[in-house]
Amino acid sequence: MSGLAADLATILSSGIRLTAPLAFAACGEYLAERAGTLNVSVEAMMLGAAFGSIAVAGLTGSATAGLLAGVLLGALVGLVHGALSHRWHVNTFVVGLVLNALVLGLTSYLVTVGELGRHQVAQVSVPVLRDLPVLGAPLFVERWPVYLLLALVPLTWWLVERSRWGLELRAAGENPEAADMTGIRVNLRRRQALLWCGALAGLGGAYLAVGEVGSFNQNMTAGRGYLVMAAVIFGGWRLGRTLAGCAVFGLADALRLALPALGYTVNSQLLVSAPYLLALLAMLLFTTRERRPGALGQPFRRTS
Amino acid sequence: MTRTGPWVSAAIVAAAVLLSGLLIAVTGGSPAAALRALVQGSLGDATAVSQTLLYAAPLLLVAAGTCCSARSGAFNIGQEGQVLVGALAGAAAGLRLAVPGPVLPLVVLAAAALAAGTWAWLSALMHRFRGVDIAVSTLLMTFLAQQAVAFAVTTPWLLQESRLGAAAALPQSNKLPPGALLGSLGDHPGLQLNLGLGVALVVTLLVAVALGRTRWGFRLTMAGLNPAAARHAGIPVTAVGGIALAVSGALAGMAGAVLLSSPLGTNRLQPDISINIGWDGLLVALIARNRPLLTIPVAGLFAVLRAGGSFLAATGVPPYLVDVVKALLTLAFVAPAVLRRQPVVA
Repeated sequence: MSGLAADLATILSSGIRLTAPLAFAACGEYLAERAGTLNVSVEAMMLGAAFGSIAVAGLTGSATAGLLAGVLLGALVGLVHGALSHRWHVNTFVVGLVLNALVLGLTSYLVTVGELGRHQVAQVSVPVLRDLPVLGAPLFVERWPVYLLLALVPLTWWLVERSRWGLELRAAGENPEAADMTGIRVNLRRRQALLWCGALAGLGGAYLAVGEVGSFNQNMTAGRGYLVMAAVIFGGWRLGRTLAGCAVFGLADALRLALPALGYTVNSQLLVSAPYLLALLAMLLFTTRERRPGALGQPFRRTS
Repeated sequence: MTRTGPWVSAAIVAAAVLLSGLLIAVTGGSPAAALRALVQGSLGDATAVSQTLLYAAPLLLVAAGTCCSARSGAFNIGQEGQVLVGALAGAAAGLRLAVPGPVLPLVVLAAAALAAGTWAWLSALMHRFRGVDIAVSTLLMTFLAQQAVAFAVTTPWLLQESRLGAAAALPQSNKLPPGALLGSLGDHPGLQLNLGLGVALVVTLLVAVALGRTRWGFRLTMAGLNPAAARHAGIPVTAVGGIALAVSGALAGMAGAVLLSSPLGTNRLQPDISINIGWDGLLVALIARNRPLLTIPVAGLFAVLRAGGSFLAATGVPPYLVDVVKALLTLAFVAPAVLRRQPVVA
């Protein structure tokens, strides 16, 4: 019994650690998509931030400074993406793909040039609560950036669903022509959404590097950005469900790592493809068109 | 490309080269030595040239297919997975089918095209019946293709390598019999081309003619440029787009079969057999703005970067530099076209 409880705690704990970077980025992607940008460059935002956070932590000697640099780098990718696709009207998929390729190439290049070393932010363990059976260690002993989710998730939800800015964002994503008619600056709102998305995806990538792993490896995000896109679709453009999707993906990842060690044999290819299969199935089964932002992925240009 | 004179293109390439040189210099390398290695490794002698041409063939196939789908308005970004599915089906056909000698390479090629075309067409179906975004579904299916290949080469009753007293080594399939591979073009010393390049060139020309000179190509382009007007003119926009997507997948699948036959690899199915040709082929088509004939020089340029890139390590410059160069080139070519308000992807 205690063996099972320990196994559960291990899987849950690694599940949360693998979910957290997805959850940060998913908050950002959710907001960007509600504003109408089908943002493929999350991968670039996360990977660039992961590299930048370790590099800056090495330069300054502070892992927290590295984390901050990751956020800024993610936002920079968002700024470039926004400028190219919503100011200069380059196809947004093209921009996203090229940014992914560029950041992957740049970070792979730079990581071989110099020694980056190990840098990690502090672990926080909440007294008393950490001693709870099964849930204690997974939930209350974490690298501290995880707890930022407690503030950022409600903030993102409030921004999109309750603030005036969010109303304008959603209008830009739903019906840009009508939004424009009422005086909303559609492309400005979309660029702002991409900035927020970049900062949050950057936080996710930086958390992965200076939080969990403590170092940078070539292509260390390994498609997590695409999983985040899948999570938003999986969640039908609702924040709660999107985060639930992230948790499913994170747990699937944790199971893939844990099951062989615990002596279970499950086909590893099936476990790796599970998130993608689930996302495809979710898209097929649920009538996503209801909640899908009406102008998702479509550029807006004033015709006057 | 109409209003982009050759001077603009030359200036763009020069800017990308300068930026890359700057990157090398800043990180303590020698730009001149790197450039020399790139040229030497890709065009320096017969072996280098044949390496370059071997890379060019699958790139060209992927890019030519991408021209079809992109012009129809279906934004396929799953070429990497389609290459893998093609290689998987091609390997299965080559290893399992008992077909008389000279026909077998054609069967391998056809199996690859059919499988990958169907694979891509699934995205068109999902779009048609459930409104699933084609870009997203083709992308997600790439990850499924990767796992499918990994599954096939690690499962004994599928394509896992059979050997006596096997110690677990690289997951891969058996070597394809020589009779299943695309023929070699003679056995010149140092020069080892195969029919892949010929196939790629013929297919690219066919695509150019089909898109530019046939009713099918016209309907396809019209569906991409203005779906509403096309529908009004009686063009079945969704079906036309679906077929264009399937063609794009089929050509990417053929690239997978060509890689399987290529002296570049081991003539086995391996999880990394696609060597990112799918992603690069997509970039080639983007730079060529979906004009099939233009993909020929651009694929050549990308092949030069690939073949030369492997020679960079000797100069102390990480070979990943060529990935940076490719991305910069794509960005540089794609951005200004739009500054002048030309459609990049219809």
